[in-house]
Amino acid sequence: MTKKSFWGRLTESGLLLPIVSLLLVMAVNIVFDIVSGNNPFNFFMITLQHTTSNGNVLYGRIIDVLNRGSEAAILAIGMTLVVSSSAGTDISVGSVMSLCASFCCMLLAGYGVSSTSTLAVPLIVGVLGGILMGALCGTFNGTLVAYFGIQPMVATLILYSAARAIGLLLCNDLIVYVRNGSFAFFGSFLGPIPTPIIITVICIVIMTLLLRKSALGMYIQSVGINPRASRISGLNSKRIIFITYIICGLFAGIAGIVASSRITSADSNNIGLYLEMDAILAVALGGNSLGGGRFNLAGSIIGAYTIQAITTTLYALGVSTTQAPVFKAVIVILIVAMQSEPVKAYMKKRRLAKAAREGGAV
Amino acid sequence: MKKRSSLNGHTILLFITIGLFIVLYAGGCIAYGSKGFTHLQTFLNILITNAGLICVACGLTVVMLTAGIDISVGALIAMDCMMLAVGMRSGIGAVPMMLLVLLVGIAFGAFQGFMIGYLGIQPFIVTMAGMFFCRGMTAVICTDQVSITKEINETFYNLANMKINIPFGGYTNKKGMYMVPYIRVTVVVALLVLVIVYLMLRYTKFGRSLYAVGGNAQSAAMMGLNVKSIRMRAHMLCSVLASIGGICYCLNTMAGSVSQALGLEMDAISSAVIGGTLLTGGVGNVFGSFFGVLINGTISSIVKTNGKLASSWPNILTAILLFVFIVIQSIFAAVRNRRK
Repeated sequence: MTKKSFWGRLTESGLLLPIVSLLLVMAVNIVFDIVSGNNPFNFFMITLQHTTSNGNVLYGRIIDVLNRGSEAAILAIGMTLVVSSSAGTDISVGSVMSLCASFCCMLLAGYGVSSTSTLAVPLIVGVLGGILMGALCGTFNGTLVAYFGIQPMVATLILYSAARAIGLLLCNDLIVYVRNGSFAFFGSFLGPIPTPIIITVICIVIMTLLLRKSALGMYIQSVGINPRASRISGLNSKRIIFITYIICGLFAGIAGIVASSRITSADSNNIGLYLEMDAILAVALGGNSLGGGRFNLAGSIIGAYTIQAITTTLYALGVSTTQAPVFKAVIVILIVAMQSEPVKAYMKKRRLAKAAREGGAV
Repeated sequence: MKKRSSLNGHTILLFITIGLFIVLYAGGCIAYGSKGFTHLQTFLNILITNAGLICVACGLTVVMLTAGIDISVGALIAMDCMMLAVGMRSGIGAVPMMLLVLLVGIAFGAFQGFMIGYLGIQPFIVTMAGMFFCRGMTAVICTDQVSITKEINETFYNLANMKINIPFGGYTNKKGMYMVPYIRVTVVVALLVLVIVYLMLRYTKFGRSLYAVGGNAQSAAMMGLNVKSIRMRAHMLCSVLASIGGICYCLNTMAGSVSQALGLEMDAISSAVIGGTLLTGGVGNVFGSFFGVLINGTISSIVKTNGKLASSWPNILTAILLFVFIVIQSIFAAVRNRRK
């Protein structure tokens, strides 16, 4: 009985699909490890490994998934809110990440300097500057979507094509290297744990508290379900949509800092490339409708890690970086096809028919 | 009466687009006249470099009319180019390879269209998966950059280098030689595609039903239109046009590589939006998209002719234009809503 209610809760919360997908990916890993004669639970093994720069650090495939998936998970938080409130996607987050990284590195290194080991301004100024740049981009997107009533995809298309280019301009068309230990911190380790994981956890906790302890989460969903009805019932729909875009921009900024700290540079052309796709995919995989309305933050985050788990698994299987997208595409198509209404209806019909047959036989 | 006024609103947008193109081009002519911007060839070069993009923009306009989107086109072009390059390298003729590319386009479009039309999955997600698939398949076919040289396939090489001369508008260069302006085969193909799609949208039953589905899918279904099938066919048409664009693109670059045509889908979408097509569906015109492509091309051409501006400027300028255009569009929409 308790099991059934748990099952019921699971299907009702919409977490079934993302969790099943994640388990499926893990199962593939286990099968692969058995076939290749390794320890079946290689995927889950976490060991301490000694590195010269960071001392003993956690090491293992699952840590790698959590670590590498951080940016997508951070972006997915903001993306979930945007999708929920405005029924549209913010396709600029990848470019905004790159812009924030460039701006942060430009501040830290000084304009026109391509490589530095001493910081031009205190670290905190650079990092906050980068994150605020993200918020600024979010404000721009939010203004267009909320106050001008422009479709989210078109509105964010502007920064999608411009942000990366502005980042390049800020960096004077160079790749700016900040070879400073304090800047590298955000992409390396805090004690034995990779810092990106910690940053992601902090972001998730703050956002969950904000959504649970204030009415913001409910407001966002109600605006997403019916903006007019929400306005009539006294909500400032436009401002709520506006806020979600700012939050999304802020998280893009944080993700940008993490991504650039990992490589201690601002590689404008490559930071966040295609990450907007991963973030949107994470939201869809998490069981959220891209048509707005109800959202499930936990689902999106599990979705983000599922995508990273797929990528890591593919690399472990020996698929090259450029070829991996084929498998990703097939998996995505299978998952969304299973989620689609006609298929669901067909499965339900079959289940009912089966039940009826069995009932008839008895 | 009401219909007439809304039509006028869109015609004004189209005129603004055309006007802007003329202003931009005239500006380029005044600023860089000494660098040869006034020659007819400069304009023809914009057409030559963007022939593929014109085909793709036509396809995207068709899809956007039904309130859909297709972001797989850039990756599809990369796959087409790679197929052409690798296929011809292994000795298959140019014509069979081009037919194969078109067939793949049809099949690919049919699959995407089925997912979108019949399974009701959001176009963005389906075509995003399509984009991943094509980009990955390009790498599966071959990870290196493969160039198509004269030795590999002479027909294709000759086709790419064929010049169609224009009898007027030539100029005498510094060495005293008379330069005859020319276009490539790809430009003819692109313009043909443009005219055919325009006529189709305007005069055929399918073309009109695209507008109906995009305007309001529910009322279109109530009128007796098969919305699912129309959506599917729109996506098929888009992929086929993208494949034609891919062949044009390949004739232009003469190579296949994994990173080709990166972000081309966004160029096509921004061209269509600048040309007055709404992403919400039901409103748009391929000629607008054509001028959108020309505006983008003019901007890159100006930046290239200047020679001193950073390479990121075309992106920024296009984005600013896009911004101006969508704000104008939203003001138009607001005015129209108030009138209602």
